[in-house]
Amino acid sequence: MLNQTLRKKKFINYSKWGYMFLAPFFIIYTIFALIPLLSTFYNSFFENYRVGLTQVGPTFVGINNYKEILGNAGVPRYAMNTLIMWLLGFIPQIIVSMLLSVWFASTSLKVKGQSFFKTVIYLPNLIMAAAFSMLFFTLFSDAGPINSILASAGFTSEPIRFLAMTPTSRGLIALMNFLMWYGNTTILLMAGILGIDESLFEAARIDGASSGQIFTKIILPLLVPILVFVMITSLIGGIQMFDVPQILTTGDGLPDRTTMTLIMYLNKHLYSKNFGLAGAVSVLIFLITAVLSFVVYNFSMSNYYGNKEKG
Amino acid sequence: MKKLNKFILALVLASVIVPSTFANGTKESAKAEMEQGKVLNIYAWNDEFQTRFNTYFADKLPADVTVNWIITPNADNAYQNKLDEALLVQDSVSNNEKIDIFLVEADYALKYVDTPYTLNVKTDIGLTDADVANQYGYTKDIMTDSKGNLKGVSWQACPGGFIYRRSIAKDVLGSSEPAAVQAALNDWNKFDAVAATAKSKGYFMLSGYDDAFRVFSDNMKSKWVVNNKINIDPSIERWIDMTKSYTDMGYNNKANLWSAESWGGAAVDGKVFGYFGPGWFVDFCLGPATLANPDAAKELGNGSYGDWGLVKGPQGFSWGGTWICAAAGTDNADLIKDVMYTLTCDVATLESIAMELGDFTNNEKSMANIASSDYGNTFLGGQNHIAAFLDSAKSIDRSNMSPYDQGMTEKLMNSFSDYFNGTITKDKAWDNFYTSVLELYPNLTK
Repeated sequence: MLNQTLRKKKFINYSKWGYMFLAPFFIIYTIFALIPLLSTFYNSFFENYRVGLTQVGPTFVGINNYKEILGNAGVPRYAMNTLIMWLLGFIPQIIVSMLLSVWFASTSLKVKGQSFFKTVIYLPNLIMAAAFSMLFFTLFSDAGPINSILASAGFTSEPIRFLAMTPTSRGLIALMNFLMWYGNTTILLMAGILGIDESLFEAARIDGASSGQIFTKIILPLLVPILVFVMITSLIGGIQMFDVPQILTTGDGLPDRTTMTLIMYLNKHLYSKNFGLAGAVSVLIFLITAVLSFVVYNFSMSNYYGNKEKG
Repeated sequence: MKKLNKFILALVLASVIVPSTFANGTKESAKAEMEQGKVLNIYAWNDEFQTRFNTYFADKLPADVTVNWIITPNADNAYQNKLDEALLVQDSVSNNEKIDIFLVEADYALKYVDTPYTLNVKTDIGLTDADVANQYGYTKDIMTDSKGNLKGVSWQACPGGFIYRRSIAKDVLGSSEPAAVQAALNDWNKFDAVAATAKSKGYFMLSGYDDAFRVFSDNMKSKWVVNNKINIDPSIERWIDMTKSYTDMGYNNKANLWSAESWGGAAVDGKVFGYFGPGWFVDFCLGPATLANPDAAKELGNGSYGDWGLVKGPQGFSWGGTWICAAAGTDNADLIKDVMYTLTCDVATLESIAMELGDFTNNEKSMANIASSDYGNTFLGGQNHIAAFLDSAKSIDRSNMSPYDQGMTEKLMNSFSDYFNGTITKDKAWDNFYTSVLELYPNLTK
């Protein structure tokens, strides 16, 4: 009897502490994430903006805001821009990062000066994106250093107008995102590879597996959870691409709005205090992010668990 | 759970009550010092006014007054957004945080004139009719609201001209003298012909796409917005066609306005024949851009400084203009009166701004005096440019201004730069223009 009450008491005490420790997260999440999220949904159904010093609305307009941003080649077009620029940056990023992390983590290669290289590849991420973008804007301007170098080396007679053409503008944005994030990805993947049991590699080598086979049969399958994490974080980061293109293209997504990303479009509406349209854009971005993350997670993780069950 | 509810309730109550008690506290204390504000908050978008203020007013500033400069660039409406935010909360912040003076530019002056956010410079601030009598009429018309109250004053009038490089004119036209150059450029057909000659000798007639824009936009016969509908004046169409053909024929250097490339064209090895600009363009923009050594004396031989001349060009126009407005709610009315008087009414100050800095200042009498004097501007090779501007200044007509000019100008230049570059068609450029304008001004229709 006595024993039972004691146990009960202990149990209650523990759970109380558990809730106490969890509480800060839930309170902060509710105040700073959940309530704003719900109010965004609510705001997206109203016409509500300010022109100069005059406030218009809020007036309930139903789904008109959604019609507006989905028509006129609004959100679909900018989503496509975002996707293209993200892929242009992400594909080389994942390849280079994978290569570097396999080399760094390999026990047979034993790369020297690892911490030096790890620092160097991570460095671009420390620069503020806006400053980095400003730097590229100057480097690649019509009279900038890159054009001077190309001209004095005899490659071009007329300056190449990088920022006036769609492929080069998008390419530059992708290049910047690549440079800024491949270090981060390398370190994540390396942590994943180092977490794989060393004896698996040794066994494979004794059995005569080539490094290609080790990579495809051991590293890749066991790295899936980390790869999924990298994919999803990079995808979300890609959807939120803003500062680099905003600065590089003077905020208008030049040329021809082909470098306008979803968040730049959102920013356009927020800048004119158009909370209705901005709300609708935000809701769509939320849905796109949720759906894509769900698809990526399920697709890749089902393979992972599927393999495990087979094995 | 009940406890938690109580705790949250307490938290919410505290967050409501605590700041409001503090707010009350500051309001009370602010009332006490109502008589004499010690902080002068000035909102501006560049340091032009700051320099004028420091040069011509700083010694009259009471020793115990601190001046706060809140400077936000104009581009992308950043300045207006910041100013609007501050004006809308003007009533709820302490006196030391209130805006006292803010500057407005011609492109969006009208947005603030007919509002309760600006004070009447005569009844509220204390300038007299006699003080502003000699100011150019158009500078007062713009700032007069629908009830006839004057809401701001300016130290400058902004007639524009074509500022040309003397050595290039000599090479292209055979003469560098203003009279001969004006004779060669006095209508657009002649201007085009000179552009062709300049091109054949390896020069660019204009720096870039936007250089001639103000000449056309200032000669618009209708407003940008009529009954909330976007209206395109034929003058704007002419600018687009001219710029496209100039670009295709290589008559311009493809630079964007305010870009490093554009100023590079004015440097000593630059190839640009000339720039369209008003008085402030001479001193505030081209002057510094042409110096090879910014620390050395501003004289002929330092870069291309002094190798310039000014003519009226093919068509008269005006560009810009900065007005000083007093914000409603200020506690520095007396000081603002002094600032406004010294910088916009005081003949001695206005004459020295004109003679020392080359700006065309806002006093008809003084300008006439200087025009007939032997004054010469060193940047313009000793030319008396005030005389060249005098006639255009009298004929400035800004009755087709609208509060939307800044956004329209910026979006038009950005959208059409793609068309001039040859990336997109003209129709596509118009589409992009409408899209960006409607994002900026959701109340308008196409």
